[in-house]
Amino acid sequence: MSSPSGNIVSLSGVAKSYGAVRALVGVDLLVDAGECLGLVGHNGAGKSTLMNVLAGTLVPDRGSIVVSGGDRTANYKVSLAHDLGIRCVFQELSLCPNLTVAENARIFHPNLKGWGWRGRAGRMIIGKLDEIFPNHGIADDDVVGDLSIGKRQMVEIARAFTVTDEPLHLVILDEPTSSLDAVTAQQLLTFMRKVVGEGRSCILISHLLGEILGYSDRIVVMRDGAVVAEKPAGAFDRNSLVAAMGDVADEDKIEAHERIEKARGETPVVVRACPQTAGNGRELIAHKGEIVGLAGLAGHGQTRMLLQIYDAVGKRTASTDVAGPVSLVAGDRQTDGIFHLWSIGQNVTVRSLRSMVRGLLIDPAREKAQAEEWKDRIKIKTPDMANNILSLSGGNQQKALFARALGSDAEIVLMDDPMRGVDIGTKLEVYDLIRQEAEEGRTFLWYTTEMDELHNCDHVYVFRNGRIVAELSRSELTEEKVLQSSFEESAAS
Amino acid sequence: MKNYLLSPKFMRSALPGVSLAILLMAIFYTQPRAMSYFGLNLMLQYTVPIALATIAQMFILTVNDLDLSIGPFVGLTACIGATLLQTDPVFGVMALLACIAAYAGLGALIHWRNLPSIVVTLGMSFVWLGIAVLILPTPGGTAPAWIKAIMGFKVTFQLFGYNVVPPFPVFAAAIIAIVVHLGLMRSSYGVVLRGAGGNPRAISRAGWSMLKIKMTMFALAGLFGVLAGLSLIGLTSAADAHIADRYTLYSIAGVILGGGEFVGGRVSPAGAVIGAMTLTLAGSFLIFLRISPDWQVGAQGGILILVLALRALINWREAR
Repeated sequence: MSSPSGNIVSLSGVAKSYGAVRALVGVDLLVDAGECLGLVGHNGAGKSTLMNVLAGTLVPDRGSIVVSGGDRTANYKVSLAHDLGIRCVFQELSLCPNLTVAENARIFHPNLKGWGWRGRAGRMIIGKLDEIFPNHGIADDDVVGDLSIGKRQMVEIARAFTVTDEPLHLVILDEPTSSLDAVTAQQLLTFMRKVVGEGRSCILISHLLGEILGYSDRIVVMRDGAVVAEKPAGAFDRNSLVAAMGDVADEDKIEAHERIEKARGETPVVVRACPQTAGNGRELIAHKGEIVGLAGLAGHGQTRMLLQIYDAVGKRTASTDVAGPVSLVAGDRQTDGIFHLWSIGQNVTVRSLRSMVRGLLIDPAREKAQAEEWKDRIKIKTPDMANNILSLSGGNQQKALFARALGSDAEIVLMDDPMRGVDIGTKLEVYDLIRQEAEEGRTFLWYTTEMDELHNCDHVYVFRNGRIVAELSRSELTEEKVLQSSFEESAAS
Repeated sequence: MKNYLLSPKFMRSALPGVSLAILLMAIFYTQPRAMSYFGLNLMLQYTVPIALATIAQMFILTVNDLDLSIGPFVGLTACIGATLLQTDPVFGVMALLACIAAYAGLGALIHWRNLPSIVVTLGMSFVWLGIAVLILPTPGGTAPAWIKAIMGFKVTFQLFGYNVVPPFPVFAAAIIAIVVHLGLMRSSYGVVLRGAGGNPRAISRAGWSMLKIKMTMFALAGLFGVLAGLSLIGLTSAADAHIADRYTLYSIAGVILGGGEFVGGRVSPAGAVIGAMTLTLAGSFLIFLRISPDWQVGAQGGILILVLALRALINWREAR
């Protein structure tokens, strides 16, 4: 199938605009057979748009698409891309929550039909899951909506690699590891290298620069809808990559920023919570003005802990004590975070409407003022806060959610791994903002799967199987210790 | 095994059947004579048209739409069945096919213009009613003999040497449930149709045509609406434009009672048929209790709320 030149895909001059926003301004992209292409850039740099064009879900305004040596620009669409062996794992999950794992595999393969299709689909998807993520713990008749977000992402990834009778040449992975913990992410990346070794190609999009540098052959950097740098992976290092993306701040700043370590316990306790499934008597305590990290592998009770705290506001329960108003920054922003039909401004101000009431009605001027204030403070990339929230890129939607929490009267902010799929520049801005707010007396409870983020915390609790298994102060915190506590049990057995 | 029986998943799927069983027991307790072939036949006779209309509504709900015109639509097809189909079968069949095509067209319109289905179908309900009144201005007409023959069919079969005679409505309801279950829940294209309710974007990203899916679902709803109308005149042997006005709400209530949800493509054909049966039996039960007809609609609403409250309780237990 592949052409003599070895190109799987060649895009040239691809451009796409949404109204006045130019998402792509003429991009050329080549992918060779047996190559892993790393694609990096800021939120809103156009990576996802470009991948949607390649996957056939978006029609570009201009430009040509050549696949395996044949020009396919005219009537290029999803089914054609699929027939040509191009698959895409999208950043927002594209599984149907009401269907089982096997049925979701069937959705992906039009020719999986006829007698016994259910069994074939189930064996195919479970086989692939076994191959990529050993011990995944997913059954083919599990309903997807009942799975955790990490498991859903595993299903979606495995599904993209399943093959019936059409070819498989190129798999696009858009932020594949954002909801995976360190171990499963490692499994995926190892599997991806194996697939690439077999002569297939991958495009890897990630904000974790370590993944990009360690696992791709060639790196393409995008900024403002254009490709700004393209070199073999060996020619980049962390700093030059960040520089190419246009970040002034380099990542070392995270480490460099030393907070004056406060003696724990000088300020009053604002949250005291004991995991409901516990049994070891350990409880989580947060003092006013602290940033408390909730660490461990994904899905080990951290989110449940945050929700338990959230539910306990204003009530007296045996296991949980919360002093002060709380707000939550959701991690699964499509489901728990944004109001899809509302404007950016409305999404930002919804948590604070009570303070904007004049008489019986909401004062539109104050509502608008708050939206504008946060547009500048957190740098939401939009011409107008009255635009629909979905006009923003994923990272900017997340910024709006931060603005919602930080703009409110909440003294305690719960964060449910909110930085999934957010680029490094935005992260650094938000980290600064969080530290600033903490110094002013706000308390943050921060569940994160990324080690870098834990370094921002004053105190870290490690979760395993719904329990707190370790407690680390800022000076004790190392990646080894966190990993060790996360795995203790499996290492012992 | 015990764990499985107590799991919220099992309890949720068992709830429609359990509510039906409890209602039946209550009926047999208050009126033991209902526990006979004749009694069941009489109590359940309107199950078939209501179940068919409920299935029609279920197809629409599967793709996150709502049909507020199914009642008048069933009325219209009943009028066509009692007049045109009787006098000129070819023309009558063509008219019924045109009704199904109109439904498919509605699906296309709703998808293409991204219209709210509630508004479109609410408008269409007056159109259907208007056409029905034009066809049959006063109650009357005659149902074709073959439809009456089908609805009066007596099923018998041998089981362990005994002659078993299940009440026809029960037999027909089981057939409807099995056929739709196989088509929508087990077949490979049925999965795509349900997926379209769960995550339309994922379905179109996988290369399926949402337009085709919506048209298929609306056409299926039209087909089952036609079947509901015809089975109804098979029982009443005459028609009236307003004969099925109440079916709109019955059908929605039936789907929800049967475990379906308004959005997200979570539906159950067997549950919907059981839900329709529960609703018809609830009517009889209230008559046995000598509750005046004025209160019946309200009392049916009470039963509905009770079952939904139980479901909410199960969901709440699961969430904990």
